[in-house]
Amino acid sequence: MTDAASVAPLLELADLHYTWPGASVPVFGGLDLRVDPGEAVFLAGASGSGKSTLLALIGGLIAPDAGRIDFAGTRLDALKRAQRDRFRAEHLGVIFQQFNLLPWLDPVANVLLGCRFSKRRGKRAGDREAEAARLLAAMGIDEAGFARRADQLSVGQQQRVAAARALIGRPDLVLADEPTSALDRDRRDDFLDLLFGEVRQAGSALLFVSHDRELVDRFDRVIELSDLKTGSAPC
Amino acid sequence: MLTRLARGSLTNRLFAVSLTIFTIAISIALLVLVEQMRNQVREGFQRSVSGVDLIVGAPTAPVQLLLYSVFGLGDATANVTWTTYEELSKARTVDWAVPISLGDSHQGYRVIGTTAEFFERYRFAGGQTLSFADGETWTDLFDVVIGAQVARQLDYELGDRLELAHGAGNVSLMTHAGQPFTVRGILAPTGTPIDQSLYVSLEAHHAIHIGWERGVPRPGSGLTPEEARAAEAELQPDAVTAIFLGLTTRAAVFGLQQRINDYPNEALLAVLPGIALQQLWRITGLAERILLVVAGLVVLAGLLGMLTALLTTLNERRREMAILRACGARPVQIAALLLLEAFLITLAGLVLGVLLAYGLQIAAAPWLLAQFGIAIGAAWPDATLLLVLAGIGVAGVLVALIPAALVYRRTLADGMQVRQ
Repeated sequence: MTDAASVAPLLELADLHYTWPGASVPVFGGLDLRVDPGEAVFLAGASGSGKSTLLALIGGLIAPDAGRIDFAGTRLDALKRAQRDRFRAEHLGVIFQQFNLLPWLDPVANVLLGCRFSKRRGKRAGDREAEAARLLAAMGIDEAGFARRADQLSVGQQQRVAAARALIGRPDLVLADEPTSALDRDRRDDFLDLLFGEVRQAGSALLFVSHDRELVDRFDRVIELSDLKTGSAPC
Repeated sequence: MLTRLARGSLTNRLFAVSLTIFTIAISIALLVLVEQMRNQVREGFQRSVSGVDLIVGAPTAPVQLLLYSVFGLGDATANVTWTTYEELSKARTVDWAVPISLGDSHQGYRVIGTTAEFFERYRFAGGQTLSFADGETWTDLFDVVIGAQVARQLDYELGDRLELAHGAGNVSLMTHAGQPFTVRGILAPTGTPIDQSLYVSLEAHHAIHIGWERGVPRPGSGLTPEEARAAEAELQPDAVTAIFLGLTTRAAVFGLQQRINDYPNEALLAVLPGIALQQLWRITGLAERILLVVAGLVVLAGLLGMLTALLTTLNERRREMAILRACGARPVQIAALLLLEAFLITLAGLVLGVLLAYGLQIAAAPWLLAQFGIAIGAAWPDATLLLVLAGIGVAGVLVALIPAALVYRRTLADGMQVRQ
């Protein structure tokens, strides 16, 4: 990114230190990372390289021991826990590897969870039910799928519902933690097509964690987690 | 919003949750039943004895005198002489005196020999007088007036003829055959033991027992109905079982009781029905308290069952918690979700339990009425019971604080990740 300086970054991590409570070896010993608004970033790293810890830090579920997390002008590291939760509810969408949904809710109700815990995000979504239905349709869930419980959907459909939930209310950043690893190749490509389409339309940035390097061409930028300034022995 | 999530989560585990709710419901039902029945039975007994200031009988335990004279439970051990009855009825502070003679039965129902004044004087349910649903009081010596339940159960109408059996109880070996009685009146229902009784005149009671001085009929000694009718004026009993007294002023009651208990000519016992009832409650009170404690422990077991059910679901629900966390739910909200679930379970258990208790009460009412002549209705729970029920609701939530605290700590540790 040659013109990086001209755009204010969406997310900036600087000199981040983190050690899990009780662990002797730090996960991060001075990590720097930057994501610009609307940017799609591929974060590559073997499992156990600290990806989940990084996502938890960005999501505000844990606070760094030292260093700075700037998110759209807010110092995440300086917020209290409840404020970080509110911040996450408002600005972030999260997609896990699998089991993203509350099994006993239908897809629409699952998508609505994405804007349940933040009033502002709910307002941004507008008519929430309609927006949830629109997103689901855009992610290729047909009407028949709407009536089912989430656990009656195929894994591929579940991941799409999860993407719709992450995207409702147009969050600034979507965190995706290996969302395609449970999908076969065809489903994976379908999923990514739909995900990218909707992420672009929402104007969200995407931080996509995966070890599947076949996907890197779709992204604006690829970051190797091991290249970042991490601790001496990641766990 | 949380409510919808809690409801959804509960419906998802419908079978397990239903079992938990049912466990709590049964425990609540037991508690409500014990408490309601206690009050209802007391009320039922209480309503049977209003209007009588003193009950006089042969010396025995006050409770026993009350039970056999009013409730038809147990038997008298000795009688009161007719002379004493006459003297008492003339006493200065005595407004009225109604004697009763027990010892006979009809198909398990008690037959009471008394005077016609009984129908005027007896009061139940805080002052209501007896009334005839059909017919009137005796006109002939061998007329009988029957209680509402007797008429209904045995399907008797006015003019029906029936025979009395000697001795109380369902199985009587000896009958007063040859001296049939005619149903002359049917009393309106009272919800008291009156409904289970048959009433004959003292003279008739005496007449059918002539020749039974030793407890069995002396051959050839009984009167035919015609002989009895002819001798009606001389049919005066030597003794009665008990005497109901009404006083001119209630203030005189303790003085008169004292005088009767110190009666020089005959050993007597006079009891105040209310006080005898209190003694009865003191006897049954211990059992009631034990029942209450047991019921309380069962409720506790029910709540602990819920605790177990909640705790066992926690592990399988970690994923759920992580998803909610990822969507921005605070640990407090997730803990609140659990408390809410516990509250909904307890509430459902409470409602179902109270309904169950009322159902059982309504189902048991006819049996109690038939067995003890006590009318119980499904009364609205009193303030104490409502308070106890509310307390159980709170206890349900308090119990759920344990899993809620666990969830709170765990969601903090797990974050969005389920760390095993």
